[in-house]
Amino acid sequence: MSHDLLKIPFDPHKILAKRKSIKKQLLENLPSSFLEKRIALLGGSTTRDIMEILELFLLNYGIKPAFYESEYGQYWQDVMFDAPSLVSFAPDIAVVHTSNRNITRYPEPDDDSAKIDESLNAEAQKFRMFWDKLRSGYGCSIIQNNFEYPFYRLMGNKEASDIHGRVNFITRLNMKFYEYAQQCGNFYINDINYISSSYGLEQWADPFYWYMYKYSLCLPAIPLLAHNISNIVKSIYGKNKKVLTLDLDNTLWGGVVGDDGVNGIAVGQETSEGQAYREFQEYIKAHLKLGVLLTVNSKNDRENALSGLNHPDGALRPEDFAVIKANWEPKSLNIMETAAELSLLPESFVFADDNPAERAIVEDQAPGVAVPVMEKPERYIQTLDKFGFFEVTNLSQDDLRRGTMYKENAERATLMASFENYRDYLLSLEMKAEIRAFEPVYMSRIAQLTNKSNQFNLTTKRYTQGEIEAAAQDDRFVTLYGKLEDKFGDNGVVSVVIGRIDERVLHVELWLMSCRVLKRDMEYAMMDTLVKRCRSLKGVTGVTKILGYYYKSAKNAMVKDFYDRMEFTKQSEDTDGNAVWILDIDNYKTKNTVVEVID
Amino acid sequence: MTRQEIFSSLNEVFRDVFDEEDLTVDETTTAADVEGWDSFAHVNLVLSVERRFNMKFTMVEVTDMKNVGAMVDILERRAAADK
Repeated sequence: MSHDLLKIPFDPHKILAKRKSIKKQLLENLPSSFLEKRIALLGGSTTRDIMEILELFLLNYGIKPAFYESEYGQYWQDVMFDAPSLVSFAPDIAVVHTSNRNITRYPEPDDDSAKIDESLNAEAQKFRMFWDKLRSGYGCSIIQNNFEYPFYRLMGNKEASDIHGRVNFITRLNMKFYEYAQQCGNFYINDINYISSSYGLEQWADPFYWYMYKYSLCLPAIPLLAHNISNIVKSIYGKNKKVLTLDLDNTLWGGVVGDDGVNGIAVGQETSEGQAYREFQEYIKAHLKLGVLLTVNSKNDRENALSGLNHPDGALRPEDFAVIKANWEPKSLNIMETAAELSLLPESFVFADDNPAERAIVEDQAPGVAVPVMEKPERYIQTLDKFGFFEVTNLSQDDLRRGTMYKENAERATLMASFENYRDYLLSLEMKAEIRAFEPVYMSRIAQLTNKSNQFNLTTKRYTQGEIEAAAQDDRFVTLYGKLEDKFGDNGVVSVVIGRIDERVLHVELWLMSCRVLKRDMEYAMMDTLVKRCRSLKGVTGVTKILGYYYKSAKNAMVKDFYDRMEFTKQSEDTDGNAVWILDIDNYKTKNTVVEVID
Repeated sequence: MTRQEIFSSLNEVFRDVFDEEDLTVDETTTAADVEGWDSFAHVNLVLSVERRFNMKFTMVEVTDMKNVGAMVDILERRAAADK
């Protein structure tokens, strides 16, 4: 699945030298469900190697890029003056590779503060115009470098605090970039200021590469840069990991709780070792608030596992985990079971374990699971962190609530067991659905769902937020989002439908539902509303028939018979299993009887 | 390291960089003789040679290098200077 030479911690020199063979291998092993994305690499300096190495990291994430590369240094002109080749390329994403070499107005030592503010605003304005143009003219996502620090300091330390200092100027300019990022969706900062520090600015800015080839960073730093960009891209397209599944002994605490007893394990402030494990537990726990699910996967008796997790000096508690597997089964099997219980795929999992033998078994038996090499407890945090498994691009309210939602699901499961009749159970949930045309507040969640949903997804068509917003405003489209709430809590937006009207036929280009609300009859409520909406359309946008499409992917077998259940008639099917279904809306009978719908 | 030994190590670097298993370079090989050896590949080649021989070229050396023989001359001089 993922290429060994690209696994963290990678050797940048091997990647640079062997890029051609790596690319061949990645293309040969590309999963059938790969995404194709069009990326405009807009550079303020040379970008060739960045493009070639970025391609490797994207392929490694199952994203096959097509590139547009601006001529040397033409990032701004290409966009502002609509370079025809860029216009026809129609990028999904613009990656703007600028550096402090592209700043043209630095403060002079004799400038007064008004003059410096003017320079600052002019620099910021140059970029704002450029981003606005990208957003309005191309509707693409933007990944923009902030600025790295300069490689020399004319005034020494004073550079940082004095408004005449370049360090100070760059810091202020970066803040202007962040303001834009905070105000505008679909705009992401590629934090080269951080990664150049982490890499070592002295090497990063090696002027040899600037004078020789007009590279703003040294060649060996390019894999780090490319990995950083690829993390943002894969996060935008919903390819983040979702679950961190953790071993216990020597992973979350030092020692073996079954042998050493709860008082014998190391976690807390008493020892250096205990401090390392305590901080690691805090780091892990913080992921809950980002919507990452935690589970335990440990060879232990359950009782011992729980006593370790209840250690008074630990940060984690048993209730922080969505699933606890403490048993003597193979860990790969535990992961498969956990995945099934959470309605997720194994490829959404990260497995953290100090034991190389356990890691090898999981890598071998549970393909797709990411297995970082956890060696020294004092390095656990950095080891995990550098991967960017959970790179945040949109922090939606939904992400924040995800952990709670899985707990509510557990409560629902308990309730379900108390009913003999499934419909009685559904009625007892007191479900209420809000099913309406796309509304501005939900645009980012809707775009996120189109990029993340794989299983209950009929066409697996991916949309950017720009495309979602465009469809919402276009009369030729019928859009619906469904939000489901019940007596245990609010699931948020869980279903999205987009239909395109063409000559009295509605073509359903997107129909998806989050797996967290499977078997709740929400899809029937959605179809009822869709048909109702179609019946209400008059004049040129009137609709008499609905065409439903099923495009088979590696993951969406569960909806193969979806349109059959909706009483559509199969019109055609090809040898790959892709099918077209049709419904005459006059013949449609309302299906939902358990969800109260507000539309 | 003899001139021949340098060539043999250099061939391995070239094979990696141009991903061609039977590529062999000699004294007179130039960029025109190797498929894919453009100015961009050259950047990568220079870095890979530096890594392999644990040395750094100066800017002038990189600019003036006319063929593989000239590259080997530099590598030879450096190896002698290190002794």
